[in-house]
Amino acid sequence: MRAFTRALAILLPVAMLWGCSTTPTETTAGGAGTGAAVSQPAETGGAAAAGGESMAPGVEVSGVEQGGGFTGSPLDNPNSLLSKRTVYFDFDKSEIKPEARKIIEAHAEYLSNHPSTHIVLEGHTDERGTREYNLGLGERRAKAVQQVMTLLGVSPSQIEVVSYGEERPAAMGHDESAWALNRRVEIVY
Amino acid sequence: MKYLAKLLVIFLALSGAARAGLTIDITQGVEGALPIAVVPFGWQGPAMNAPQDIAQIISDDLRRSGLFEPLSRDDMLSRPQDGSQVNYRDWRLLGTPNLVVGRVTASGDNYKIQFQLFDVNRQTQLVGYSFSAAEKDLRRIAHQISDIIYETLTGDKGAFNTRIAYVTSKVWRTNNVRYYALYVADVDGYNAHLVVRSREPIMSPAWSPDGHKLAYVSFEQHRPMIFVQDIFTAERERVAGFRGINSAPAWSPDGTRLAMSLSKDGNSEIYIMRVASSTLQRLTHNRAIDTEPDWSPDGKSLVFTSDRGGQPQIYRISAQGGPVKRLTFEGKYNAKPSYSPDGKRIALINGQDGKFRVAVLELQTGFMQILTNGRLDESPSFAPNGSMIIYATEYLNRGVLAAVSVDGRVQQRIALDEAGDAREPAWGPFLTIK
Repeated sequence: MRAFTRALAILLPVAMLWGCSTTPTETTAGGAGTGAAVSQPAETGGAAAAGGESMAPGVEVSGVEQGGGFTGSPLDNPNSLLSKRTVYFDFDKSEIKPEARKIIEAHAEYLSNHPSTHIVLEGHTDERGTREYNLGLGERRAKAVQQVMTLLGVSPSQIEVVSYGEERPAAMGHDESAWALNRRVEIVY
Repeated sequence: MKYLAKLLVIFLALSGAARAGLTIDITQGVEGALPIAVVPFGWQGPAMNAPQDIAQIISDDLRRSGLFEPLSRDDMLSRPQDGSQVNYRDWRLLGTPNLVVGRVTASGDNYKIQFQLFDVNRQTQLVGYSFSAAEKDLRRIAHQISDIIYETLTGDKGAFNTRIAYVTSKVWRTNNVRYYALYVADVDGYNAHLVVRSREPIMSPAWSPDGHKLAYVSFEQHRPMIFVQDIFTAERERVAGFRGINSAPAWSPDGTRLAMSLSKDGNSEIYIMRVASSTLQRLTHNRAIDTEPDWSPDGKSLVFTSDRGGQPQIYRISAQGGPVKRLTFEGKYNAKPSYSPDGKRIALINGQDGKFRVAVLELQTGFMQILTNGRLDESPSFAPNGSMIIYATEYLNRGVLAAVSVDGRVQQRIALDEAGDAREPAWGPFLTIK
């Protein structure tokens, strides 16, 4: 029973991550149990939802729309970079990688256009090294993301930075595949 | 608010829902450990047996140190209860040069515990004491006897009558929620008591020099903040809740100050807080991560981790501030320094070749010796007698505690009695004899 519970605790988060994506950089929202908002791709798009019936492959219908193709908040549009809420880092590093920069830029643009919206940047590390140092490293990562956002015009008052160090892993394993998912900053709306 | 927090802690302490005790296994002992016989103590009282098997507790203590090899009870030819009953020839035949005998006598609610340690070859008593104690203190008396035997035979002070603090992380079956908890237990793993439990992470327990209080980091307000809690009354206080990180508390040897790492001024820096007045003195000024401070036993300087050179390494600074001196040069990652009680060495975590292991750095020579062979070892902490270092490691995919003698020869593994991970052990000070 113990072993089963433990296996479940390990497997569940991994399963959730698999469900989200195939590679770390495409993961939508933070890992299991972090409380981060996970976008719900419940509808495939405004047009299809309005159509109501299934369509033959290759057929597209489109009405003259008042807004965009997605009727909900752009934050929930699965086709938008805004639906990606996690950026990843190399071991003991806080440099922003090119694929992460695109995600951060999209959020920066959204936040600049919505000055009353606030976010929390949660910095995390993998389990290697010491816990207190990792707390500092998680903060440095979150602040690196914050800096890019403020340089792009986001007001510092819209951003709160929190570091969890290695205390809240997204993946529970003890190997590089888990560590790669854990070295991250989560953008929490 | 403070009152409410206190209530919560007391409630948790009383609920006793989790008694995560520890089991200790010797994974490596010393060749030629000293043979000793600890004869079952005599008992005089109304019940069939004494409330505690004092001789067994002593035997287990001595065996765990790795320096002694206690004789099995089945091999004993006689079971003397005081010096007049000792037949030295029996013990010479068995090859046990050291012999402990004693008895427990009930008198009302109290117990009288007598013991004697004999040198079998010279047929003399080396030491003998008599104690009086309540039932709840009998284990503690047994540990004190272990300390006396250890010191008499090795010349070094024993550390059996001490406590450890440690953090656990466990998913509860009833609601599938992960809880973090801080526990205090006797160093033999018995008498585990919950100090605080939370759904948010708890880290970095640090003992006050008198062994009455623990400083620790809790995320209960969704950011790392430092709390100080009396382990007996459960009274607690948030001592640092500044913007950013509040972490890595370390008590000064006189107990009047707490060193800590705060990022309120932009990034992690070392500060010293006067506990009575909460006034802060900033020690470091650097854009790097400065954290994990530990005081030299004389209170004059601190060692800490900083990546100001590009990677985490250990530095030393005066408690008054000023220039820093780099102490570690071997390996790309040296962090979490912890002073030995004599101030001559520091334990630390050394990272190289993809492994993070416990190492000891001799401050005089700069010589560093790696003591463990883990992959993810963390949080080294010296016993107050300097003989062993307790640390956190990984075993069968689980977080466990372990201890290693300073010469690396004796190794113990200390696992939780129930599911979950144990980590961040902190070895407490000598308990004062009441």
